[in-house]
Amino acid sequence: MKKFNKLLNRLGIARIIIILFFIALCILAVVIKLPISMLLSETIMRTGMYGILVLAMVPGIISGTGLNFGIPIGIICGLVGGLYSIEFNLNGFTGFFTAVAISIPLAAAIGYGYGLLINKVKGSEMMVGTYMGFSAVSLMCIGWLLIPFNSPAIKWPIGKGVRVTISLSERYAKVLNNFMNFKIGEVEIPTGLILFLFINCLFMWIFLRSKSGVTMKAAGDNPKFAEASGINVDKCRLRGIILSTVLGAVGIIVYAQSYGFYQLYQSPMMMGFPAVASILIGGASTNDAKISHVLVGTFLFQGLLVMALPITNEIVKEGDLSEIVRIIVSNGIILYALTKAGGGEECE
Amino acid sequence: MSESILEMKDIEKEYFGNKVLKGININVKPGEIHAIVGENGAGKSTLMNILFGMPVIHSTGGFKGEIYFNGKKTEIKCPKDAMNLGIGMVHQEFMLLPSFTITENIKLNREKTKNNFLSKIMGEKVKTLDMKAMGADSRKSLDKVGMTIDEWAMVEGLPVGYMQFIEIAREIDKSNIKLLVFDEPTAVLTESEAEHLIDCMKKLAEEGIGIIFITHRLDEVMMAADSITVLRDGEMVANKKRGETNVVELAELMVGRKIERLVNKNESAENEEQKETIMEIKNLKVLMPGEEVKDVSLNIKRGEILGIGGLAGQGKIGIANGIMGLYESKGEVLFKGKAFKLNNTSEALKSGLAFVSEDRRGVGLLLDKSMELNIVISSMQIKNEYLKKIGFFTQMDSKNIRKHALKMINELDIRCRGPQQKVRQLSGGNQQKICIARALTLKPEILFVSEPTRGIDIGAKKLILDLLVKLNKEQGMTIVMTSSELSELRAISDRIVIISKGKIEGILKPDDSDADFGLMMAGHYHKIQKEEL
Repeated sequence: MKKFNKLLNRLGIARIIIILFFIALCILAVVIKLPISMLLSETIMRTGMYGILVLAMVPGIISGTGLNFGIPIGIICGLVGGLYSIEFNLNGFTGFFTAVAISIPLAAAIGYGYGLLINKVKGSEMMVGTYMGFSAVSLMCIGWLLIPFNSPAIKWPIGKGVRVTISLSERYAKVLNNFMNFKIGEVEIPTGLILFLFINCLFMWIFLRSKSGVTMKAAGDNPKFAEASGINVDKCRLRGIILSTVLGAVGIIVYAQSYGFYQLYQSPMMMGFPAVASILIGGASTNDAKISHVLVGTFLFQGLLVMALPITNEIVKEGDLSEIVRIIVSNGIILYALTKAGGGEECE
Repeated sequence: MSESILEMKDIEKEYFGNKVLKGININVKPGEIHAIVGENGAGKSTLMNILFGMPVIHSTGGFKGEIYFNGKKTEIKCPKDAMNLGIGMVHQEFMLLPSFTITENIKLNREKTKNNFLSKIMGEKVKTLDMKAMGADSRKSLDKVGMTIDEWAMVEGLPVGYMQFIEIAREIDKSNIKLLVFDEPTAVLTESEAEHLIDCMKKLAEEGIGIIFITHRLDEVMMAADSITVLRDGEMVANKKRGETNVVELAELMVGRKIERLVNKNESAENEEQKETIMEIKNLKVLMPGEEVKDVSLNIKRGEILGIGGLAGQGKIGIANGIMGLYESKGEVLFKGKAFKLNNTSEALKSGLAFVSEDRRGVGLLLDKSMELNIVISSMQIKNEYLKKIGFFTQMDSKNIRKHALKMINELDIRCRGPQQKVRQLSGGNQQKICIARALTLKPEILFVSEPTRGIDIGAKKLILDLLVKLNKEQGMTIVMTSSELSELRAISDRIVIISKGKIEGILKPDDSDADFGLMMAGHYHKIQKEEL
């Protein structure tokens, strides 16, 4: 019982509910005879697809700016990089890495500006970030109409501006997924995709153990302490935001190559929320996050989605109930974590 | 002899096994001004918290002793009980709403109301405010305290002196007021305002209200009080009538205690004059809110333990914080003969200073991180120690960090489960040792320590002080210790600087007389013994 209580404390009630819900879904899936292997391949694939966007939350949390709800800003930078790779008519890995290479400096520059803003609104980073993300997406809707692209794959055939969705199927759709992929029984493992995520996680892990990583942790944990140790807190926060924005940019390119499309205009608007929910499910709080939280959280969250969809469709035939369940779960988790962030100090 | 309005008998109070009040007896008659004097931490606020039934008292196990009000034994369970009995309080920090008018502030929650058509249906809560009556009441109270200001003026933007009087007006507006507590009311007032306040207190006393006057300023006590109680370390050391005593005696009573020197006298007295000056501070000004340093010039000598003492809010804490660049400061500082850059923490740490903050949990520690990280992080940042270089990356040198942490745990006798334990889980004394360990990891030439024993139990206090003495003796480290507790300053320092009103009141030796310390702390030294300085 003691052990159980300890576990309960460590995981938190909400997380336990999620895990139980997940297990229940798995059992249900077996009971109603859904193809488990297919569901599992789908889950693994989506974990790799979303992983880097979730990883982008880590530097923000560590540097003390909380969950980076402004991640759509990074996503837009990634999309711009992606479009240029198509504009240059590049295919395969060259295309993919060119997209990444273009988006990184762009995201770093934009992230710097965003970081300056965040440093001016200490204490309400998350709310300002949310609206900053929304406005950036809306502003970019005009941007997509004005940026001069010439490639027929990007442009509308008639009139001005960029298409709403741009297919990658003839360029670099699934280049990572199909790199060295193999099957264990019926379960498909997208080796390249998972490898790419792990490499990014490894870099993040190394960074967090470097001098700048450690000072960032200190600045995030206790800014006053950091000041007294001669650490420039604003600089650390700036670094965290830049890193987060850059990862957001890379993340959307990885996402798009797996999904097969770049989605422009309004679609980046809500992309931040699944990422936030994932890392929170994984066990992170608004001021502490680990790489393991990213991996566990993304797997659980995507697993829930993948399972819940066909199961609810099987049980309740009419309507889009599975989507509703998903939204309740993901937004509920965000809500839970944010309320805990406010009340945590009282519990001391 | 008239009946007492308030009698507190044998009041005892413990906080977590730490006795803070040891049998206090207080007796206030109607129309009497009763002064309570004592250093910070002597137990004055705890005593008042008991009188008002503050939750902090009851949530920590209540108190022992009896309270008689108007001759009847009473139990005061919450501040509302106290209010109903007719006990009022004039707070040290103003409890006023700035965007309300004076009248609204005075009548807040005791508003006069009249009926309107809604209140007949929906009851008391929606009655209209009777502004006219409220204004008239406020006018009467304001006149009583001698304020000519318009009762409809906004509180925001009024001079601090006015706010104090509005507080008083609010208390005496309560029709049943019988006892009024003034908690250091003159701390923020100018001298003429303070005199006005004392006149006002006397006027109120004439009307038969009993007054408890808590203060540090001894000359005001002599001016105003009919009887005086002196508290020291939770004990009542004296109860005098006015005229029986004088400022010097009060100062002595306030401070006096047996001092246990931890350092051998002969050693500490060795040719002080010959010691080399390591840091020269000229006209230092520090803008630290609540602890402002106005003009301090001071020489710190190599290898000494310099104590900085004084009452809270006088600026003693600002000195170390200012030099370390945590608060904006101006002035000239020479460190080892070279000009020292102010307002730059990282430079200060690099040049060989280290600081243990008075705000241990707020500034001193990363509470949710491991002990070992807490110990090495500053030197990692400042000196690039405990890092390995691998290609472009720097990496934490876990092996070295562990080794150093274990060494510190051993040397400073930190009680913990291991170097990876989170700092939050340690006791106050051990947390303080970690702060010191971090400072030592920087291998400083001067170690600034502020309030090293605040919030630590008595056993651990001595360990910390012993540790400082050991560092000083064995490694010749220069230590500048700021503390509110005179006894600990006198126990280990070679010289003690007393700060009052942001300036140096004087420099004393640890074995100087209690009266000198007391007078300096109260800021009266110059007034009384000018020629001696």
